[in-house]
Amino acid sequence: MRIVPFIITTVVTTALVFALNKQWGTIPPMGKFLHPQYGFWQNAEPSSQSFDANLIFADIKGKADVYFDDRLVPHVFAENDEDLYFIQGYLHAKFRLFQMDLQTKAAEGRASEIAGPKAINYDREQRRLGMKYAAENAMKEIDKDPASKLLFDAYTKGVNAYIGTLKESNLPLEYKLLNFKPEKWTNLRTALLLKMMAKMLSSGTESDLAYTNAKSVFIPDELKKMYPQVPDSLMPIIPKGTAFEKPGIMPIAPLSADSIYINNNEIVTAKEISKPDINNGSNNWVVAGSKTQSGAPILSNDPHLELSLPSIWYEMQLQTPTSNTYGVSLPGSPFVIIGFNDSIAWGVTNSQRDVKDYYQIKFRDDKTKEEYWFDSAWKKSELRIETINVKGGSTVFDTVAYTVFGPVMFDKSFSDTLKGGRSLAVRWTAHDPSNEGMTFYKLNRAKNYDDYTEAIKTFESPGQNFVFASKAGDIAIWQQGKFPARWDRQGLFVMPGEDSSYMWQGFIPQVENPHSKNPERGYLQSANQRPVDSTYPYFIPGSYITERGVTIEKYLSGMNNITPADMMKLQNNYFNTLAEDAKPILLQFLREADLNAAEKKYLDIFKSWDLMATPDSKGQTVYQCWYDQLEIGIWKDDLSKTKPMSPWPNEETTMEWLKRDTAFKFIDDINTPQIETLYDIVTTALKNASAELAKKESEGKLEWTKFKNPTVYHLLKDALPAFARKGLNIGGNNNIINAVTHSHGPSWRMVVQLSSPTEAYGVYPGGQSGNPGSKYYDDYIDKWVEGKYNKLWFMRDGDRMDKNIKWTMKFNKG
Amino acid sequence: MKFLVATILTAILAFITGLLSFSPWWGFAITSLIVAVLVHQKAGKAFLAGFTGVFLLWAGLAWWIDMNNNGVLSVKIANVLPLGGNTIYLIIVTGVVGGLVAGMAAMCGSFLRSTKSRS
Repeated sequence: MRIVPFIITTVVTTALVFALNKQWGTIPPMGKFLHPQYGFWQNAEPSSQSFDANLIFADIKGKADVYFDDRLVPHVFAENDEDLYFIQGYLHAKFRLFQMDLQTKAAEGRASEIAGPKAINYDREQRRLGMKYAAENAMKEIDKDPASKLLFDAYTKGVNAYIGTLKESNLPLEYKLLNFKPEKWTNLRTALLLKMMAKMLSSGTESDLAYTNAKSVFIPDELKKMYPQVPDSLMPIIPKGTAFEKPGIMPIAPLSADSIYINNNEIVTAKEISKPDINNGSNNWVVAGSKTQSGAPILSNDPHLELSLPSIWYEMQLQTPTSNTYGVSLPGSPFVIIGFNDSIAWGVTNSQRDVKDYYQIKFRDDKTKEEYWFDSAWKKSELRIETINVKGGSTVFDTVAYTVFGPVMFDKSFSDTLKGGRSLAVRWTAHDPSNEGMTFYKLNRAKNYDDYTEAIKTFESPGQNFVFASKAGDIAIWQQGKFPARWDRQGLFVMPGEDSSYMWQGFIPQVENPHSKNPERGYLQSANQRPVDSTYPYFIPGSYITERGVTIEKYLSGMNNITPADMMKLQNNYFNTLAEDAKPILLQFLREADLNAAEKKYLDIFKSWDLMATPDSKGQTVYQCWYDQLEIGIWKDDLSKTKPMSPWPNEETTMEWLKRDTAFKFIDDINTPQIETLYDIVTTALKNASAELAKKESEGKLEWTKFKNPTVYHLLKDALPAFARKGLNIGGNNNIINAVTHSHGPSWRMVVQLSSPTEAYGVYPGGQSGNPGSKYYDDYIDKWVEGKYNKLWFMRDGDRMDKNIKWTMKFNKG
Repeated sequence: MKFLVATILTAILAFITGLLSFSPWWGFAITSLIVAVLVHQKAGKAFLAGFTGVFLLWAGLAWWIDMNNNGVLSVKIANVLPLGGNTIYLIIVTGVVGGLVAGMAAMCGSFLRSTKSRS
């Protein structure tokens, strides 16, 4: 043996293996990663991959078969509910494990374990918002009901059964890239996923902190006009003129409301870090048999969410001898969330209602947070010490005080540490114990209107518009949720928290939630607008979006002999309602003589625009830039009087104000000595827009789709741009029925005609497999872009030998 | 002849370690060393045989997998790693990394077996 060279080469070899086994920054362990038998190559799924399997599990009670069609949609045939949800869990994990794991870890405030120190503040906010506390409360409710616990247990066992089969080589790709391992599933994680949805849909629907700042500079009358409760153009969900019952609860404002609440001009400097996207909305509508060609009702739904790969939805059919449901499910939760069965169809849109308020807390000692002043005494707070493990960093501890209102989200140590802002506790309906999953379990099995109302009445958070149609011919909609009964302006701003007088006095009785069944006109629709007109007897603030509802109403009211194809066309409609109103005003108040040649060119494009936000539309781009500049011209100077800035009025508010009063006071730019008129603002807005447009045009981005660059990102967004689908040729905008923005939009489009047999169509911008190495990763995207649909195959027991079946997965008791 | 035997043996044993669930990803380093001890060659040649064996195995497997996958994944990974989306580079890099480890391990094996100093 040659000792010296041997030692040297051994040391070098060992060092090389060590270096290739270690993660360097964001570079995965290269040896393991590149190894064709362990690493990423193993995730490159052969295009002829078979999904046939014969699986044996001790937890399976009977015999079950899963039939996959050519789109990789599983049709699950089980003998009982437990096996059904075990298999749903197994399939979710097999095709979507990484997203389930990542989303629930993020919900719980554990993103730093994967992403490192940059996620610490996100995690702290999740914990301070009480996300885990909310999930734990939901768990208590699930555990109280043994029948529902059984279903969640079965689902969890199914997920873990799949995780148990994983070896290094078949770990989902993202684990190899980020170098970590999946964690076992629990019922709590299912609850966390549902709370993540609750946050997405009911936590960003208030702007209490920003309104509090606006209140410090604008008088109540101005506030009411800038942020009106009922817009002029509103087409409410519940048809106008519907009579409402006498309110079952009449909340009374405390005597001090004016002096210490409304007229309190103190600002808040704290800011939410991950405030959900305001565009998280949706469309749904239903037309009765009287308006359709077949005589059967047709239901349509397209939930608008952040678009991602893998998609938030996983399509499947779930059948037992007593139930048969088709639709989309949320990986991480059992049940079908949006879909249909043999008797009914249902869909959801977000209610946009404000169900989250802030209360100012006075601690005896801001450091320890052990006691706070409440009802004339020092009351003990419950302290939860949050432990945040950080990848590549030291563990962070964060003490969160829980009060009678809820967790203290903001205090001296978070999020405004510079000025040491006020301590604010958050009261949020998502914290209250409830079991939303059972609503879907029951909806999956509902046979008629009564079953549907029975299923949804316990659904508390996030408030949803459940649209319904049945083969019996009924159509209906309920805005369902647990909504506080508020006195006028209660909870619009940060409230005093030193006693109980500003607490919620009760909730709107469930039967008084806005609803409509079989209206004369033969259709119902919801698109995140205010659900009711001003005759509804409660104060119901929220982040409502008006325009899409107006557009849908315009089309549906004029349509007859409707076919599913008509409804698909409507879901992909590009008409811009707001621009229709804005166009004459913009043209009337423009000083054309002040424009140069380039500006005139954009004006001509705008003049000849057909008001359609099609992908190739240049008019839509000019309009949007011009209108955005107009809003800046009118509002920015006024809203900047507070720091942080006051919230922007809705775009339709600006429009409606201009229609009423073209000389309202905010038109003037307060930063200039002269008084500006609407002529000045409109003309300057086009000039400013033209500068931006010229720049975009030089980059070849004047066409609307090139301007907004529609993109479906991978869940890890900018960390993995190579896994995204960019530059999709699709038009639309958030205020247009086809609500596609840069990375947000219709996450699932579904049209169901309740004829015999049921005729159903659907498409989502993704694919059934979460594996970026599979051809099923993004194979629906092009169809979705083109506005085409997949025909949904509602498989029957007798179809087990059908040629649509490509693969069969058998589950047996072992 | 020796070189060819060592190369083929290295590749076969490396492939087998990849099938064993208890073996870490670097199991082929051990087998490459053993091959170099059994089929003794000079250090340089041993390195080359180890390198060639695993380079061909890894690049070959990667190429085969990629062909069956129609390049769906390799293009994405060749963008994640700074290879400009070039699949061929990705396959070569894969082979080189495996080859380097095997070659170095084979060199260790060669020195372990050597009895006298050679230049």
